[in-house]
Amino acid sequence: MNLLGNRNVFIVVGAVILVVAASFCIPAKERKGNGGIMLQFVNCIGDSLVRLDSSLYKNSYGQDYSINRIRYYIGNIKLYTKDGKEGYASHEYFLIDEDGSSPNTCYLDVDPLKNYTSISFIIGVDSIHNCSGTQSGALDPVHGMFWAWNTGYVFFKMDGKASSSKSSGNMLEFHIGGYKYPNNCIREVSLNLNDNDIHIMHDGYGIIVIKADIGKVFNSVNKIDFSKISTVTDFHNATTIADNYKDMFSILKIKDEK
Amino acid sequence: MKSKSFLVILSLIGFIILLNGFVSENPYFIITKKDVEVQHPKGFPKVVYEFNNNKPTPDGFILGRYLFYDPILSKDSSISCAFCHQRFAAFAHIDHALSHGINSLIGKRNVPAIQNEIWQKSFMWEGAVNHLEMQPLAPITNPMEMNEELPHLITKLQRNPAYIQRFQRAFHDTIINSEKVLKALAQFTGLMISNNSRYDRFIRHEDTLTSMEFAGLNLFRSHCENCHKEPLFTDNSFRNIGLVLDTLLKDSGRIALTGIVSDYMKFKVPSLRNVELTYPYMHDGRFRNLEQVLNHYAKGDFRTDNFDKSILRIVGLNETEKIQIIAFLKTLTDKTFTYDRRFADPTLY
Repeated sequence: MNLLGNRNVFIVVGAVILVVAASFCIPAKERKGNGGIMLQFVNCIGDSLVRLDSSLYKNSYGQDYSINRIRYYIGNIKLYTKDGKEGYASHEYFLIDEDGSSPNTCYLDVDPLKNYTSISFIIGVDSIHNCSGTQSGALDPVHGMFWAWNTGYVFFKMDGKASSSKSSGNMLEFHIGGYKYPNNCIREVSLNLNDNDIHIMHDGYGIIVIKADIGKVFNSVNKIDFSKISTVTDFHNATTIADNYKDMFSILKIKDEK
Repeated sequence: MKSKSFLVILSLIGFIILLNGFVSENPYFIITKKDVEVQHPKGFPKVVYEFNNNKPTPDGFILGRYLFYDPILSKDSSISCAFCHQRFAAFAHIDHALSHGINSLIGKRNVPAIQNEIWQKSFMWEGAVNHLEMQPLAPITNPMEMNEELPHLITKLQRNPAYIQRFQRAFHDTIINSEKVLKALAQFTGLMISNNSRYDRFIRHEDTLTSMEFAGLNLFRSHCENCHKEPLFTDNSFRNIGLVLDTLLKDSGRIALTGIVSDYMKFKVPSLRNVELTYPYMHDGRFRNLEQVLNHYAKGDFRTDNFDKSILRIVGLNETEKIQIIAFLKTLTDKTFTYDRRFADPTLY
């Protein structure tokens, strides 16, 4: 009897815990009221999603390579209205980290009444944020996107393997950073939203899906031969890669979500 | 008899409690608000690091001091900042040419002193670090030094009850992150200010120099002042002083950072404050003593093409002049700084 009494207590306590836990787990609407725009970055190679480690890709020289890490910083996001006026500017930085699970989404608190026709952002971290000491959030050096030996953020990081690479372990290591002339690797990207105005729904989001074609990092204005360039971890060849990665973005689709 | 021994035990316990109270309240380690006031010595230029969003507090300073003296900052928790930055040597590594790291690794640079950091525009010998708060990341993550990864360090601190308490006191919340680690360290090292050497007191008309030291001061002003500017004894610039590249260390200085050809073999002009304590000298500790340094300049045997022409004015110093300059340089030793109780190892008691 006594045992049963204890069990009852357990059941009650358990139920209470469950209810409390459930109330935390209810998928609360992430944002209420005015909604906003969600920018979603989708890392691809050509037309297919990047698959880390397992897939083999080819560069413009026909050299095979695989990818095991992609990370980059997106900042200074601006949206422009039809008349070319700046309608929205974000001062936040976002770390896009292709780990196969997170959706790589940037939430923008925008005025839902405006129609936006183009978007611009930088890939990298501007000089002020490279010179103002310690920071938290996306810019916390804990994310491994910071150079301690040469103060500054790594803007773009891609690690992988290529059989043609002459680095030890056939490694590919493209760690691009640098905010100072002449090795400035910050690149501004401007994309047209194709008159496909985003109508922000009340209580909903407009979603802009931006495709990042990682293949372009090695095959755009500059063609990268992995037998010649397989690691870029300081200013050597850094701008060569930066001039490529600015071309990797395009608008994949725009949709409204209620 | 029984009650007597009981009394003895009781008084013994009382004594221990008293002693305990005394130890934890050891005035030597107490940091007051006054202790963390930032001094702006007369005649010093405007500071570079203004403690923006990081005004020193006693608890922030105490946290920074613990971190500075704690080997927890290295990968295997074996060496601390203070391992190489010794208080009695103005926080340089006395008698060690090159830095030491975990697993008895030897680095490739001489350990610089830590003093008057808030007037520095950049840090490290080639100016690799642009901000006082970011400087500790260089030795913490360098594989030849502490070889630690930031996420691992944060985890170690987060599971340490003493640090949970110290961070809570310093920043009034329970989050431990890299920003707080770096800010606390900046509070501690930023307050390391040397401005009470005999030279400083001479300038303030509080002390005198001997005739030899005074002759040395005049020689210094005509020969060395161009780069080692008073009162900080550095102009924060990078210069090539005609040193030959060490073929083993292969350290060619600032060029590795900037890629600019004229930066070949350029290193930061170090402050000469407490120079008596910071031997050996140069970026790789190649000169054992000040005589060797002055001989390098006096001989004029500069082995690189693009050496800084301002060093030509030191060429040809005679023996007396060298002795006088060295006598003057020793007046830059600041015992008030090296004995400052605020910077003592708090883990010693």
